[in-house]
Amino acid sequence: MREYETVIGLEVHCELATKTKIFCGCTTEFGGEPNTHVCPVCAGMPGTLPVLNKQVVEYALSAGVALNCDITQYCKFDRKNYFYPDLPKAYQISQLYLPICRNGHVDIEVDGVKKSIGIHEIHMEEDAGKLIHDEWEDCTIVDYNRCGVPLIEIVSEPDMCSADEVIAYLEKLRMILQYLGVSDCKMQEGSLRADINLSVREKGSDKLGTRTEMKNMNSFKAIARAIEGEMNRQIELLEEGKSVTQETRRWDDNKCASYAMRSKEDAQDYRYFPDPDLPPVSISDAWLERVKAAQPEMRDAKCARYVKEYSLTEHDAAILTESRKMADIFEAAAAICKKPKEVSNWLIVDTMRLLKVHEMDAADLKFSPEHLAKLIELLDAGTINRPTARDVFEKVFAENVDPEAYVEANGLKIEADDGALKGVIEGIVAANPQSVADYHAGKKKAIGFLVGQTMKAMKGKADPGTVNKLLAEILNQ
Amino acid sequence: MEITALTALELGKKIKAGEVTVEEAVKAQLEKIKERDSVHNCYVTVMEEEALKRAKEVQKQIDAGELDDSPLAGVPVAIKDNICTKGVLTTCSSKILNNFKPPYDATVIEKLEAAGAVIIGKVNMDEFAMGSTTETSYFGPTKNPWNTERVPGGSSGGAAAAVAAEEAWYALGSDTGGSIRQPSSFCGVTGLKPTYGSVSRYGLIAYASSLDQIGPIARNVSDCAAVFEAIAGYDAKDSTSVKMEDYHFTEALVDDVKGLRIGIPKGYLGEGLDPEVKEAVLAAAKTLEEKGAIVEMFDMDMVDYAIPAYYVIASAEASSNLSRFDGVKYGYRTPDFEDLQDVYKKTRDEGFGMEVKRRMMIGAFVLSSGYYDAYYIKALQVKALIKKGFDEAFAKYDIILGPTAPTTALKMGENLSDPLKMYLGDIYTVSVNLAGLPGISLPCGIDSDGLPIGVQMIGQAFSEKTLIRAAYSLEQTRSYERPACVKGEN
Amino acid sequence: MAITDETIEYVAALAKLDLTDEEKERAKKDLGNIIGYVDTMNQLDTTGIEPMSHVFAYHNVFREDVVTNGPDRDNILANAPEEKDGGFKVPRTVE
Repeated sequence: MREYETVIGLEVHCELATKTKIFCGCTTEFGGEPNTHVCPVCAGMPGTLPVLNKQVVEYALSAGVALNCDITQYCKFDRKNYFYPDLPKAYQISQLYLPICRNGHVDIEVDGVKKSIGIHEIHMEEDAGKLIHDEWEDCTIVDYNRCGVPLIEIVSEPDMCSADEVIAYLEKLRMILQYLGVSDCKMQEGSLRADINLSVREKGSDKLGTRTEMKNMNSFKAIARAIEGEMNRQIELLEEGKSVTQETRRWDDNKCASYAMRSKEDAQDYRYFPDPDLPPVSISDAWLERVKAAQPEMRDAKCARYVKEYSLTEHDAAILTESRKMADIFEAAAAICKKPKEVSNWLIVDTMRLLKVHEMDAADLKFSPEHLAKLIELLDAGTINRPTARDVFEKVFAENVDPEAYVEANGLKIEADDGALKGVIEGIVAANPQSVADYHAGKKKAIGFLVGQTMKAMKGKADPGTVNKLLAEILNQ
Repeated sequence: MEITALTALELGKKIKAGEVTVEEAVKAQLEKIKERDSVHNCYVTVMEEEALKRAKEVQKQIDAGELDDSPLAGVPVAIKDNICTKGVLTTCSSKILNNFKPPYDATVIEKLEAAGAVIIGKVNMDEFAMGSTTETSYFGPTKNPWNTERVPGGSSGGAAAAVAAEEAWYALGSDTGGSIRQPSSFCGVTGLKPTYGSVSRYGLIAYASSLDQIGPIARNVSDCAAVFEAIAGYDAKDSTSVKMEDYHFTEALVDDVKGLRIGIPKGYLGEGLDPEVKEAVLAAAKTLEEKGAIVEMFDMDMVDYAIPAYYVIASAEASSNLSRFDGVKYGYRTPDFEDLQDVYKKTRDEGFGMEVKRRMMIGAFVLSSGYYDAYYIKALQVKALIKKGFDEAFAKYDIILGPTAPTTALKMGENLSDPLKMYLGDIYTVSVNLAGLPGISLPCGIDSDGLPIGVQMIGQAFSEKTLIRAAYSLEQTRSYERPACVKGEN
Repeated sequence: MAITDETIEYVAALAKLDLTDEEKERAKKDLGNIIGYVDTMNQLDTTGIEPMSHVFAYHNVFREDVVTNGPDRDNILANAPEEKDGGFKVPRTVE
């Protein structure tokens, strides 16, 4: 078998986090009953006209700057004409001739190897509606809630050559866009979508093979599987002496296979022309400077600052800064309780664990830095012990409870009275003569059992360290 | 004199003076419509109930002094059927919208109603405003009140005919390549296409977005000025809307053209122009000269290229604007379909007339890959040159004057078999839309067939006040001619 | 320029029109005449002329990112040829 290499390019669609749609004042809120976030403009009713949301341009510029692009300071909107029920005007307002950003790049690292992935362009466009297939009747229901939600489409150069590189690229893009606050990039909610363009060729060849386009991957893992699947499918075809057909394929993750999409009946001639209803967008040097100045601190800079300012290890700083949300919680909580190492541990260990368990994204963290800071203070003051603190934290994580109020309401405070504790310990010692004997015989570990029994009797409202100390005192009397 | 023979402003004064009630005006108009419209076919929808109801409301407002600043308060108006009226059929004279009731009013409707207007009905047009004779209407052609074997012009034929036949005091039409001015010329009334962007297009069902404008058709320049004042204005819902500095257009109704520099393009007076039209237009120019204007012939290039550029641009934009009529969200849907493609193709084939289909195919063609540069981009370059030509002319002249159309009203039934020939009749009007300029057509004579002749004046962008003054001055030298069908009743 | 049967098929498909044979013939003739006429634009030298999309030099017409519309489903669906479950009903679409 010959050796092959894969050439991959991505078209990533990203829903912008604006409050309203790109051309009308309807909400962009996710969900909602069908056609309740719709007005005559985004429903494409006759006589209606688009008016551009300025925030869309601001976000697109912010993304372009962060992705090292040249900004097209005079850009226009074009109409892309085709018929499909999810497109009410039968044209999508997009940008072809003068996209807002061009010639950028993103740096990724895979297995220690650094690589720069080129970004061909970024353009603004409007999203289409949703088609819901009715199971009972042979028909489709059209919902325009999503129609008009602003998108940026990020088109990469065909610079990637493996699933790992693609995932690294997507993770970097997602992090950057989340950091900027420009999009929440949630694949499962559709605010981040990726189409894969893939072709294979013999290693060493400089001619590009025929490429296919893949759609309908709903997670990074599915994307990785789709890439592997398509790569193999194309190589197999070539090995059999057949050729690859240029087509769009739909990935079915359940079956782990792709299928050629039925080609749309007519020629895909989109007849792009500048939209006469929308004046061009002119971005002055001053505007661009303002965007650059307002860019938030990006991940690498934040990471370096954490190492210096909070004396964290690079490893810990890297985990904390992987998500802007987590980094923000870290800084705010540390500012309140002045214990960055503690805050860091709660985030890196307990929070990360819970995120995995609940299959959540760090961007969805609900709890406030104030509550985390308070929990740390309670623990530090000895008001609660560490096991209790962990339990309370789970509540803080899930429901953002106020830890102080929660501890009070559920009577979780450590028994502060040492006298009462001593009494309980004496009772345990009296009830367990064998363990006491073992201890005195040299089995120092036997104290652990007695500590455990004490904790049980105290219903957890004791500090293990204090129990250990008092036990030892009593035993050694 | 019958109140239906009054001008809109004259009626407005009588209503304010308490001599006529709004309800009386509406009833008088409805009666004339009943009498004459079965012959003329100006109206697609007569809003009898709504108008009578609204008449009472407006009367209350007038009596309470709330509409003292509105000279048109209480005056009924007819609206071209491509302008959205909430809850009322808006069909664009097409089968594909024959059941469409918009859930919103066009901005111009909101403005007119705020000024106390009473909408009395929706008037006929060429289907989707594509045509110059109103013969492509799904609801049958409108007849010219001067001679019912002639067309009223188009695409605002219903509007112009209704005003001429005194079935409306004034109307709102739309103009993309001459659709207000040419029918005004054929029907002996006055029509103004304002500067692009001066009147909001929100709620105007689009034909060619970069060329469409809404404007008044009435029986004199004063009425047109008053209506324009009521409907012009910046609209945040229309991104191509422009804020003008001065909206006091009725202040320009002054009979004075001393020193006004008027240019007549030589290219306008060549072959193809009817000799009687030429004579009447030159006579109008002479009148203005006698009143102190400076009139001169000059060379303006590009005259021959305006029509091809217009048809490429208009068809391209129309093909895109009309794609939304697909049987999915509103309007007609074919009753006979098996799959989605059927819904699209049959709905559109059954719902659109031949002229509309023709222009959509031309539009698809000139935008298709391989032809885009040669046709669409080329047409946009020609448009730039046309604008430049006008800019150069307006450095020397205040007004450009010429015929509105090369002929008077054409015979009915002769025009649709040769679309190209019909397109060539737009020669004097399309370049004005391409350059976004204001243009007004007013009557300047009657030909030997007894048909009205129109003269067109064109101004530099946003110079409607100069245009109104020039037109008003010319108007004072001629009396308003009424068609025979309204005359025997004084 | 010569408009072929293929051209008519192509543009009719783009415009989603189901033309009869008679309509196709007529369209071929009409489009041939019109496009032929439009070709006269080639006589004009337009080298170096910037194609003019918008007739006035406006730019940057924006609105603020504030919600101004509420739910309006009844109006949105009022003219629907067919509706179901709060949406527009169409024959099953195929991916």
